[in-house]
Amino acid sequence: MTKSELIARLAERFPQLVAKDADLSVKMILDAMSEALAKGDRIEIRGFGSFSLNYRPPRLGRNPKTGAKVEVPAKYVPHFKAGKELRERVDLAANSVAE
Amino acid sequence: MTMTKAELADLLFEKVGLNKREAKDMVEAFFDEVRKALEIGDSVKLSGFGNFQLRDKPQRPGRNPKTGEEIPITARRVVTFHASHKLKSSVEETAHDQLQPAG
Repeated sequence: MTKSELIARLAERFPQLVAKDADLSVKMILDAMSEALAKGDRIEIRGFGSFSLNYRPPRLGRNPKTGAKVEVPAKYVPHFKAGKELRERVDLAANSVAE
Repeated sequence: MTMTKAELADLLFEKVGLNKREAKDMVEAFFDEVRKALEIGDSVKLSGFGNFQLRDKPQRPGRNPKTGEEIPITARRVVTFHASHKLKSSVEETAHDQLQPAG
């Protein structure tokens, strides 16, 4: 499912709204979540999961072309942990298909 | 600060002009649709944000850490998230000079 498919499904679920509202809502939600993580905030969505930042310590890397050592500074990377409900539903659905 | 569905709903109320009820329902529906797609085995690609993918993991040997007893960890399907380059670089740029190493 892509972003435009998600927008289409939401537009279908909210026939009382104009199509532009679903489009704008999806963009707003994704922008707000990106901004929250960029600020260093956590995001907790009950029944879905949580987004947080993981710390990566500085390390010595190598320029693959020249072989020269380069210092890679410490950084944060986004991390998602699926919530209990999502985890269980995805696994259960997979098992019932397999059986 | 932790962002929750309530803050997202407030934002849709203020910025998109949905009423309170619609804003709350829209946020619920957003995560519900993503969850439904993942449940049927479909990956979700939200450009500029990231991709949610599914991985089928085979059974592997495990151990009860308390008793030391061996118990197999059953095969399972799990959700993984890969942040987009855009999200990774915005997190890198703004977060790394503000935050203390968090263990």
